[in-house]
Amino acid sequence: MIELRGVHKAFGSKQVLRGVDLFIPKGESMVIIGGSGTGKSVCLKSVLGLITPDKGEITVEGQDVTRLRQGSSERDAFLARFGMLFQGGALFDSLHVWENVAFRLLRGSLKRPKAEAREIAIEKLRRVGLTPDVADLYPAELSGGMQKRVGLARAIAAEPEIIFFDEPTTGLDPIMAGVINDLIREIVVEMGATAMTITHDMTSVRAIADKVAMLHAGKIRWTGPVADMDDSGDPYLTQFITGSAEGPIEAVR
Amino acid sequence: MTFLATIGAIVLGALAAVGRVALFAFDTVSHLARPPWYPREFASQLVQIGWNSLPVVGLTTIFTGGALALQIYAGGARFSAEAVVPQIVAIGMVRELGPVLVGLMIAARVTSSVAAEIATMKVTEQLDALVTLSTNPMKYLTLPRVLAATVVMPLLVAIGDTIGIMGGFLVGVQRLGFNASTYLTNTIDFLEWVDIVSSLTKGAVFGFIAALMGCYFGMRSQRGAAGVGAATKGAVVAASVLILAANFILTEMFFAG
Repeated sequence: MIELRGVHKAFGSKQVLRGVDLFIPKGESMVIIGGSGTGKSVCLKSVLGLITPDKGEITVEGQDVTRLRQGSSERDAFLARFGMLFQGGALFDSLHVWENVAFRLLRGSLKRPKAEAREIAIEKLRRVGLTPDVADLYPAELSGGMQKRVGLARAIAAEPEIIFFDEPTTGLDPIMAGVINDLIREIVVEMGATAMTITHDMTSVRAIADKVAMLHAGKIRWTGPVADMDDSGDPYLTQFITGSAEGPIEAVR
Repeated sequence: MTFLATIGAIVLGALAAVGRVALFAFDTVSHLARPPWYPREFASQLVQIGWNSLPVVGLTTIFTGGALALQIYAGGARFSAEAVVPQIVAIGMVRELGPVLVGLMIAARVTSSVAAEIATMKVTEQLDALVTLSTNPMKYLTLPRVLAATVVMPLLVAIGDTIGIMGGFLVGVQRLGFNASTYLTNTIDFLEWVDIVSSLTKGAVFGFIAALMGCYFGMRSQRGAAGVGAATKGAVVAASVLILAANFILTEMFFAG
């Protein structure tokens, strides 16, 4: 469904992606792992068209993402199939929680009557474990964990086919991280969505992933089912999973 | 040689910046003709930029009008021209001080907050989030702000001009012994349409510049708190300088011919 072929991207003189090849079949949950600064976010943002790769091809169901013109109706239709949970939540501070969740339902091609949009927002908030009384608060009034949940509710509000999660557990305590991981897993399964997650939290990987891909030095170093991860025999992957300072990955980057 | 190269680099950099700003301005204006539009954002910006700026506009212009009356009276006394206070206050406020002071206050108040807001949105990935929610930040953030500032600034300038003249009037009547009705008649008789039209035109142009710079610098912000700070500072400096430069050009266009 989502395919990256030979994707290159440099920022100035810094070559971040050096030919990433990755395939994510429909309905599968792919988790990309890798150290900080290895280009995981760049990969994800390239698929969404937030970053244009220098070279290579990215297709979603055969449609070439890099050819979609900014602001065109094809691109809007393309983005309408996506939901994305941002690392910091990226909630709009000036809007109420429910308006954040229902953002897509209040404008554009998926616009609905306000009352209906609000109802859907409250239902999605409930789905992520929040009570209706948070609907009329502002994002700044919520804790980090609650903001993450609101971000998750916003990502799933328009029933997307594809959901991206950018470090969903970063900045949360272990219990809240566990709750978010379970929620993501449940939601992805019940919606039958294709999911792409980037993280360096191994607990997250085991909870969310069907398949794992490890990004290192601008390329996919290893990819396979999550069950094969522990005895892959790949020294890079093993070092990353065990979190050891000893190994082929330089600890000072 | 390195000296020449440095000058060349500076000139090229400046030209590139002018080009980027011009493209940004064109892009902003072009969204006027391309739906979707966001009337609710526009309305809320009218309130933020227009209504909420009234106190600062009133305070700035009333004191300036008063001071102007005192200066002209004292200066005029040197060649027995004290009587021209109403005329000079009117022309000074309407042609120059009204639009420029209101413009600079808007640069301080609106440009800074727009730049800081949008820069923070960029740093916290809210701009990316807008795009993934099929909403173009240029349409949703930039156009409503720039349009609201352009529309509302002539009004603010008109109010500022009036309050400034009132400041001069108060000082003239209370402190300098002018007759109230003569002062007002002299003011009104002396002002011409071109004075008022130039004043309001300057207002619109300055409003456009102030909001545009806020959005431009905000959207180009670098990461982190330092990035937001630099974007805000850059926006206010650029807006202030451009407003003063535009003021010179507009004055030239209106009055030098």
